[in-house]
Amino acid sequence: MSAVYARRRIVNIIALTLSGFATLIGLFFLVWILWITLQNGLPALKLTLFTKITAYADTGGLANAMVGSLIMDLMALLICAPIGVLAGTYLAEYASSTRLGASIRFLNDILLSAPSIVLGLFVYVIIVIPTTELTGGRISFSGFAGSVALALIGLPVIVRTTDEMLQLVPGTLREAALSLGIPQWKLTLQVLMRAAFSGILTGVLLALARLAGETAPLLFTAFGNNFMTVHPLDKMASMPVTIYQYTNDPNPALHAIAWAGALLITLFVLALSLLTRIMFSRKKVSYE
Amino acid sequence: MSALSAEPLPRDTEQRSRTDARHDFVFRLLLRFCALLVLAALLGAALSTLWGGREVLFKDGLHFLFSSDWNPVNDQYGALAPIVGTLVTSLIALLLAVPVSFGIALFLTEIAPNWMRGPVSSAIELLAAIPSIIYGMWGLFIFVPFMASIEPTLSDTLGNIPLIGALFQGPPLGLGLLTAGIVLAVMILPFISSVMREVFRTVPARLKESSYALGSTTWEVVWNIVLPYTRSAVIGGIFLGLGRALGETMAVTFVLGNSYNLTASLLMPGTSISSSIANEFNEAVGLHRSALIALGFLLFVVTFIVLLIARFMLRQLARKEGR
Repeated sequence: MSAVYARRRIVNIIALTLSGFATLIGLFFLVWILWITLQNGLPALKLTLFTKITAYADTGGLANAMVGSLIMDLMALLICAPIGVLAGTYLAEYASSTRLGASIRFLNDILLSAPSIVLGLFVYVIIVIPTTELTGGRISFSGFAGSVALALIGLPVIVRTTDEMLQLVPGTLREAALSLGIPQWKLTLQVLMRAAFSGILTGVLLALARLAGETAPLLFTAFGNNFMTVHPLDKMASMPVTIYQYTNDPNPALHAIAWAGALLITLFVLALSLLTRIMFSRKKVSYE
Repeated sequence: MSALSAEPLPRDTEQRSRTDARHDFVFRLLLRFCALLVLAALLGAALSTLWGGREVLFKDGLHFLFSSDWNPVNDQYGALAPIVGTLVTSLIALLLAVPVSFGIALFLTEIAPNWMRGPVSSAIELLAAIPSIIYGMWGLFIFVPFMASIEPTLSDTLGNIPLIGALFQGPPLGLGLLTAGIVLAVMILPFISSVMREVFRTVPARLKESSYALGSTTWEVVWNIVLPYTRSAVIGGIFLGLGRALGETMAVTFVLGNSYNLTASLLMPGTSISSSIANEFNEAVGLHRSALIALGFLLFVVTFIVLLIARFMLRQLARKEGR
């Protein structure tokens, strides 16, 4: 065999080996990070995490942070799910080929990867500053502001999934319903939404998985709180922000609590994204 | 049939079609309003950060961009150090993540047996689902000590190479631009590789088969056929990763070291736009706060442009396919 052939085959083998190696690098980091989280988080899991609040510092738990995160995540979903679903419906059903629809779809994709810290600053400027000035500082950082910031993270995910899922609904369904004389709003709400329901729900769950782990937008909207509160206009603690503060603290006992919280949040987010993946693997949605 | 259309519609039917039309109109307005909220969110983010940062942006202008003197005590704000930090860490991340992502995409589309593709690509995409605060903790507690242990070797070997040597000199702190760049690379890996994987799959089989029939090796098919065909989308995917890297906050904040000294060495601590905001915002008042919001505006504009390019490039391939 001539030298040229040999060289080409060697180059091929090297390239293919390197690509397998690259895949191993990716998997290695995934396993490494998950392993470290498990290794440090599992020994730190204690019942007091769920019963005591962060005011006790290293003898306390994360109860108020969990409640705060739960409230803010749910409020964020309550804000972004209806808006996102309706906006996605507009894109798929009313503006699939108009210029306005195309540009909103385009900008929605940009919002999808916009830096979350800037969205936090946005909410700080439009909600935290005005409420502080209007109430003379009585209401400044608040759980409500935090959930608006989180809603901005979830919104584009829901818009995109709803849009894609409605486009998968066969056109014959629309034609059949319209030929029976049904008005379009009824067609949309009672026929199309029902047909695409599981897909739209996937979008909402994906949005939850994304916003549940966000820290940056909460730093200067919800701030944090060492005590239990359920009032949406109080400063509110959250899991990610508490983990951030505890990690920055020199006290190793707080690091242990932070690892436990990190484990809980990772399990929650990974379980959610695996769930959506397995349940609806037939329907292809990319959300990068 | 003609008799039917000649007769006026019964009164209640007419009434009903009128209310239906009205409901449709209102429904459509509501939907459009919600869709416009997406626009409002982006526009609002730009305008509000511009407004919040106006004192610094309009007073200092270019000086804000090009001065490296960041001193809250004297109310002096020059953003060069965070800007350079953001660019350098993102660049390192791209340099590392692009070849690895390409390798992953190549492996998953051309080499891996079918049963392996699904699970492996799901696993790689899980990297994108891990919250960034977890990357930060892993980075700070595990990866920084690891980097500190290999950095002396790095400066002894790479540090002696004439041109790039200066990049690898300094005390082995573990914290720094290089560490942050590597953590970012891991974070953007799944985004770039999933775009590449998807577009590689769109290459028509007949193109690849023709090339194989002419005697190409797998590598030659990928390099000469697949990559040129998907070039614009691949660049789009890389820009998408860049957009992510520029805006990433929590992971880099932990491993960057928060220092405003500009040095040539990648092993030295630095800062980035997002980590400056995260670290200082809650203690900042007055002009300091305004400077941080102005940094946020800057970050938003830069990522917006990068992501705009990304989306345009990604659309090129879709056009080619007639979609």
